Amino acid sequence: MINYITLTYQVSGDDFTRAGEASSDVKSKLKQMGVSPEMVRKVAISMYEGEINMVIHAHGGIIKVTISPHEILMVLEDQGPGIPDVEKAMQAGYSTAPENIRSLGFGAGMGLPNMKKYTDEMDIKTKIGVGTTVTMKVKL
Amino acid sequence: MDKFFNAVRLDESLCKGCINCIKRCPTEAIRVRNGKAVITKKFCIDCGECIRICPHHAKLAYHDQIEILEQYEYTVALPAPSLYGQFNNLEDVNIILNGLKCLGFDDVYEVSGAAELVSDMSRKYVAEHMEQWPIISSACPSVVRLIRVRFPNLIDYLLPIKAPIDLAASLAREKAMKLTGLPSEKIGIIFISPCPAKVSAVKTPLGIDKSEVDGVLSIKDIYPRLVSCMNAVENREDLEDLTISGKIGISWGGTGGEADGLLTDSYLAADGIENVIRVLEDLEDQKFTKLQFIELNACHGGCVGGVLTVENPFVAKVKLKRLRKYMPVARKHITSAEAFHGFWTEQVEYEPVFKLGEDMIESIAMIAKVEELCQKFPGLDCGSCGAPTCKALAEDVVRGVANENDCIHLFRQYIHKISDEISMLDKTGRIQNPE
Ligand SMILES: Nc1ncnc2c1ncn2[C@@H]1O[C@H](COP(=O)(O)OP(=O)(O)OP(=O)(O)O)[C@@H](O)[C@H]1O
Ligand SMILES: [Mg+2]
Repeated sequence: MINYITLTYQVSGDDFTRAGEASSDVKSKLKQMGVSPEMVRKVAISMYEGEINMVIHAHGGIIKVTISPHEILMVLEDQGPGIPDVEKAMQAGYSTAPENIRSLGFGAGMGLPNMKKYTDEMDIKTKIGVGTTVTMKVKL
Repeated sequence: MDKFFNAVRLDESLCKGCINCIKRCPTEAIRVRNGKAVITKKFCIDCGECIRICPHHAKLAYHDQIEILEQYEYTVALPAPSLYGQFNNLEDVNIILNGLKCLGFDDVYEVSGAAELVSDMSRKYVAEHMEQWPIISSACPSVVRLIRVRFPNLIDYLLPIKAPIDLAASLAREKAMKLTGLPSEKIGIIFISPCPAKVSAVKTPLGIDKSEVDGVLSIKDIYPRLVSCMNAVENREDLEDLTISGKIGISWGGTGGEADGLLTDSYLAADGIENVIRVLEDLEDQKFTKLQFIELNACHGGCVGGVLTVENPFVAKVKLKRLRKYMPVARKHITSAEAFHGFWTEQVEYEPVFKLGEDMIESIAMIAKVEELCQKFPGLDCGSCGAPTCKALAEDVVRGVANENDCIHLFRQYIHKISDEISMLDKTGRIQNPE
């Protein structure tokens, strides 16, 4: 018996207003599966931050979420500019978001730190000019 | 009492089985089965959207009738602030309040008076509970019901203070008992309500153990009789002053009124159930961390937009505004004895009604099947199967309450396939015959 499911989402980089749709869908599915509210919250927040980063910083990408009874694995892959200094990017408050994005309430530099905070494992693989893959795991 | 009591009902004889209500329902609680709408009780939050949209008036709100007054020795009317927005050229709230007495009530207790106490308490509570910001208003019962089934992470943000109607009921009962010396059961506390959600909130309250409201009448129902009573009392010299509220209390009848009473700018007020859901989704993802308070009303315009009202909600809001113009800001201030009645006593529990399987493994298999079916269905969300969307049908199939071939598009393919097979048979038959 298959005891996991992988959901795949194409995240559009042009339509800013659609950012958050993928995490919202995952959230409702997790609730349908009876995952505890606390875990739903962790996944929803971390995936939302990752999804928004993809849209704002990397022209979109693909998100794969694998849900199994003991963990939720999120892989966010983009072909964006890459992150020059991951350690710096991970610092709370660090942001390269342009002014027009900041005026929408983004760019506090809290996305990556929150993703780290709300997940049990997080890994960033990135190459300048090639893209970034963020992998996050929440243990159930 | 069933914890999923709901006040929205169907008159089968009027239902034509169209798709208006299934499409409109924010929790996808309605299906058309065998040509009639069926409401799944545990999904229904009593928002009244289906009542509003049904072109055949087949959706009704369960509530009490005026005859309920006969069951009690002494009755008190509790008019909702939204009631005040229903009349033309009204100069004085006392005309309504005296009109209610003329209608048969022994006394009146303005819900807006209790609303001012709730404002007082909330102001203090919000200031003292920064860790709970943004605190979500709990006055609209549909919103509380929605949070209970769909937003478990937000339950802790609910303002644990009684809705004005519940506080008004406690205080009105206490006053009536003192005044008449009658035992509690001989006193009828009757709410004049703008919406069906309040009926459910009275029958199966959340946050409190038992509601002190004994009956709920609909504004719409009593309206014609109340208007004639108001005409009768209007020019009376001895009009009794029965008002106990000012601007803050009356403003609760429209969207933004509750938040205004907190005297802070750090709030957001959303109305209309689809907007409420958007705000709750965003709150769940922690998108607004800087606000102190979130006011939410299921109806557009706030309570004046309730389905049991008469006047267009936007006009009603203007009328409320006009009426409160010369009123004092507030008349009621909380005393410690009243505050004693004001807080919630019960924890609101998450009810995972939308859960698919018994456990994770089963649910994962079910979600996989839903995804597979969604690929198969045409994605037109036409509603012909009786479910609001293809996804909802897929979930119904997986839950075992519907069939794949309820989709007329799949069914057509199926028929084509069969008829092709039959015609093939026919051909082979003909080839064989001449021999
Ligand atoms: N997928 C990505 N591709 C390229 N750069 C990224 C990506 N994700 C993050 N970054 C870089 O890392 C920085 C920090 O990201 P973080 O999410 O912490 O903050 P932010 O997105 O700038 O602001 P906030 O998330 O608070 O709105 C970003 O400003 C950006 O320079
Ligand atoms: Mg970010």
